[in-house]
Amino acid sequence: MAIDPARVDHVARLARLSLTGEERAMFTEQLRNILDYFARLQELDLTAVEPTSHVLAAANVQRGDAARPSLDRAEVLAAAPAQEDGFFKVPPVLEPA
Amino acid sequence: MDPALLPVSELLPRLRRRELSPSELLAAYLTRITAHDGTLRAYLHVDAEAARTEARRWDERYARGDDLPPLAGIPIAVKDIICTRGVVTTCGSRILEGWRPPYDATAMVRLRHAGAILLGKTNMDEFAMGSSTENSAFGPTRNPWDVERVPGGSSGGSAAAVAAGLAPWALGTDTGGSIRQPASLCGIVGLKPTYGRVSRYGLIAYGSSLDQIGPMTRTVEDAALLLQALAGWDPLDSTTADLPVPDYTEALSGGVRGLRLGIAREGMGEGLQPGVRAAVQQAAAVLEGLGAHLEEVTLPAIDYALPTYYLVATAEASSNLARYDGVRHGLRVEVPDIVEMFSRTRDAGFGPEVKRRIMLGTYALSAGFYEAFYLKAQRARTLVRRDFERAFERVDLVLLPTSPTVAFRLGERVADPLQMYLADIFTIPVNLAGLPGISVPCGFADGLPVGLQLVGRAFDEPTVLRAASAYERATDWHRRRPPLDGARVS
Repeated sequence: MAIDPARVDHVARLARLSLTGEERAMFTEQLRNILDYFARLQELDLTAVEPTSHVLAAANVQRGDAARPSLDRAEVLAAAPAQEDGFFKVPPVLEPA
Repeated sequence: MDPALLPVSELLPRLRRRELSPSELLAAYLTRITAHDGTLRAYLHVDAEAARTEARRWDERYARGDDLPPLAGIPIAVKDIICTRGVVTTCGSRILEGWRPPYDATAMVRLRHAGAILLGKTNMDEFAMGSSTENSAFGPTRNPWDVERVPGGSSGGSAAAVAAGLAPWALGTDTGGSIRQPASLCGIVGLKPTYGRVSRYGLIAYGSSLDQIGPMTRTVEDAALLLQALAGWDPLDSTTADLPVPDYTEALSGGVRGLRLGIAREGMGEGLQPGVRAAVQQAAAVLEGLGAHLEEVTLPAIDYALPTYYLVATAEASSNLARYDGVRHGLRVEVPDIVEMFSRTRDAGFGPEVKRRIMLGTYALSAGFYEAFYLKAQRARTLVRRDFERAFERVDLVLLPTSPTVAFRLGERVADPLQMYLADIFTIPVNLAGLPGISVPCGFADGLPVGLQLVGRAFDEPTVLRAASAYERATDWHRRRPPLDGARVS
C-alpha cells in the first residue's frame, strides 16, 4: 500500500492530472503522511457495520414525463472555450481515414 | 448608528417605516467595502451597478406602499460557489475564471423571489477545499479582528464580510465545517442546515453527500429569517426533503427551560486551546442558568471522523471535479491531443489543495484500495451517525466547541495539510451524520472570537435556533465589533 512516485504517477494518470516533477515529490510525501494518519481506520472491526452512502432514507425520485424548457443553447455555448455549429469543439479524437 | 452594522431584523422595520431606503442602505455597504475591502479582500466581485438598479426599484415600491416580499431591498453577499446567472462565478479557482453561469442556483432564485439584492460574490478556498481561505486562487481573505490572521474557511469571505459590516448577511456552504468554523473565527452566527433542507441545485459540487448551503449572519434571529427564505423541497434536487418547513422565527421564543443539553466529552479533551475551553464551559453554565438540564454525552467515533470524512469527501470530489476538462466552460490549455488537453488544463487550472484531494479520492476509489479505504470509511461513517443517535436518546442538543482554536496566523498551517484538516475536527462529525449545527459567538480568547456549536436532531432546526437565541439574548458577545478602523496590514 506504499505511496511511491510510481504510484503517484499512476493515480495522477487516472485523475487526468499531468504533474510536474516538483508536484510529484510533494504529493508523494504529503499523501504518504495523510494515509499513514488515516491508517487508524484499520484499527476498527467494521465487518458487521453497514456502510452509509447517504444520510436520508433515500427513495427513487421521479418527475412526470413532461417536456420543460432547457437552458438556452447559445448562452451555454457562449461559456465554452471553443464552439462550432452549435456544438462544443474539441481536438480530434479519431485519426482521419 | 451606521445602518450597515444593524441586523436584518432591525433593518426591515426601518425600511417599512421609510426611515431608510434600500438605496441608502446599499450605499452604506458600498462605502464600507471601498474603505475596508482593499485590506480584507472578502469579495471576489462586487456588482455595484446591478445592485444600485435593483435598490432603486425597491425604493419605488416601498415609497408606493406596495405589499412587499419578506426581504425586499435587503442586500446579500453570496459565496462564489453558488451559481448566479450572468454574474461571474469562479469557485475560487483559475479553472472557472471569468465563467458566467447560464442559470441561477435554487437558493438564488428563492432569495430573488424574497426580494433580496445580490451585493457580490465572496472569496473562498478553491472548490471549498480548505479551512482558512488561503487556498483561493485569487489570494487570501483577512480576519477583521486581526488582519494578520485567517478568517477560517472555506466560507471565509462571507464570514469576514458579515463581521466587518460589508454585508448584512451572507450565504455560505458547509461540507465539513465551512460555514460554522469561519463564523466562529470571525465572531458571527453560522448555521449548517440538515442535509436535504436546502436545495443544492446550482451549488458547485464538492462532496455531494455532505454539502449544504446555509446562513451566515450577525444574530440568530437573522439566521432564522434567512433559512426561512432558503428551506424547502426542490424538484431540481432529488436529495431535498419533501417535509413541511416550520416557522423558524416563531421557534426563537420559548427559552431553554427543561431542554436537555449534552456536552460532548470528546469536545472538551486534549488539543483544545484553554481559552476556548473556558469560553465553552462558561456558555454551558449560562444555558444551565437559563433552566436547561446539562449532562455529559460521549461521541467515541469522533477519533475516526477525520479520516472518514477525508476519504468520503475526496472520493466524491474526485468524481465531481472530473467535469473540469476544458470542454464546456472555463479554462482550456490548447494542445492537439485531447487527453493531453484534459490533463494539461486540469494541471494549470487547479491549485495544490484541489489536486491533493483529487489524488486522495482517486487513490481511495482505485482498484485494490476501494475496500481498505473508501468502503471502510463509509462503514465508519455509520459509527459516527450511531454516536449521535445514542446521544439524542438522552438529550435534545449536543454542545461542542466549533473550532479547537481561535483564528490562526496566515501561512501558519499552509505547509502541513494534516494540521489544517484538524481545524474541522468538531464540525466534520455533524456533516457525516447530516445533522443541523449552529455556531454562535460565546466569548474571546487572546482577543479573538470563540464559537459555541449546538447540534440538533435531523430537521430540528427549531430547537437549535431556540437554544441559540436564548443564549444570545442572555449574552452580548454578538454585539462586539472588530477594531476595523484602526486595522492596518503591517
